[in-house]
Amino acid sequence: MAYEIALAALADPTRRRVLEELRHGPRSVGSLAGRLPVSRPAVSQHLKVLKEAGLVFDKSEGTRRIYHIDPKGLAAIRRWLDQFWDEALSAFQAEVERKTREDKERDQ
Amino acid sequence: MTKMITVAPVRKTVTVQASPAHAFEVFTQGMTRWWPATHTILRVAPKAHIIEPRVGGRWYSVGVDESECDTGTVLVWEPPSRLVLVWKLAPDWQFDPNLHTEVELRFTPQGEGVTRVDLEHRQLERMGERAEQVRAQIDSTGGWGAILESFRVAASDR
Repeated sequence: MAYEIALAALADPTRRRVLEELRHGPRSVGSLAGRLPVSRPAVSQHLKVLKEAGLVFDKSEGTRRIYHIDPKGLAAIRRWLDQFWDEALSAFQAEVERKTREDKERDQ
Repeated sequence: MTKMITVAPVRKTVTVQASPAHAFEVFTQGMTRWWPATHTILRVAPKAHIIEPRVGGRWYSVGVDESECDTGTVLVWEPPSRLVLVWKLAPDWQFDPNLHTEVELRFTPQGEGVTRVDLEHRQLERMGERAEQVRAQIDSTGGWGAILESFRVAASDR
């Protein structure tokens, strides 16, 4: 499942850092390695996982490969919103019921 | 090239032990008390989350330093049964006045003092169009950047 692959890919903090960096614009492996506390081969490995998860894509520019955030990684955004609304509605529910309970107690 | 990207809406349902009117009121006027503190685009701690109670009203957060960040606007205001908010946070979590995704809430009575709240966050593919635009812009800068860079290299060869 694409969803599970993306989720697993994002479970790693370094990969989340890589995505954060790419959010500022497309970058080469070398440029990413210069911004992160990991080696070039490690960055390449993380990019491979992110690419397989559909979160990034690459394009050749001369001899370099430039990595971009994949808008199809919208799945990731949707997942974020999905989790977000779960959390928000639970908090909302707790608040509504807290207030209802207090109102009832006051009315008694 | 027009690419149709479709993203399924996010749908959530929660049942609360309260009347629709009460649930609607807590959702809209009591947001400060329940909106997850971890989810704000303010640079400081949030002091309040406000939905102005009218069509066209602002939906925004106020920080402890009085700074404000918009999340969106009110599209439909039909207490106590229905509310539609426009969510204007782009994929990079910046407020984008041109982005339009909708968050609809329906408050349906399920008997005495019980309300089912259905949430639908839809038109998420518009974030994709936005993402495509951002990408196109970046690509074109990258393109020009690459051309200028080869020019610089060529010019420096002398």
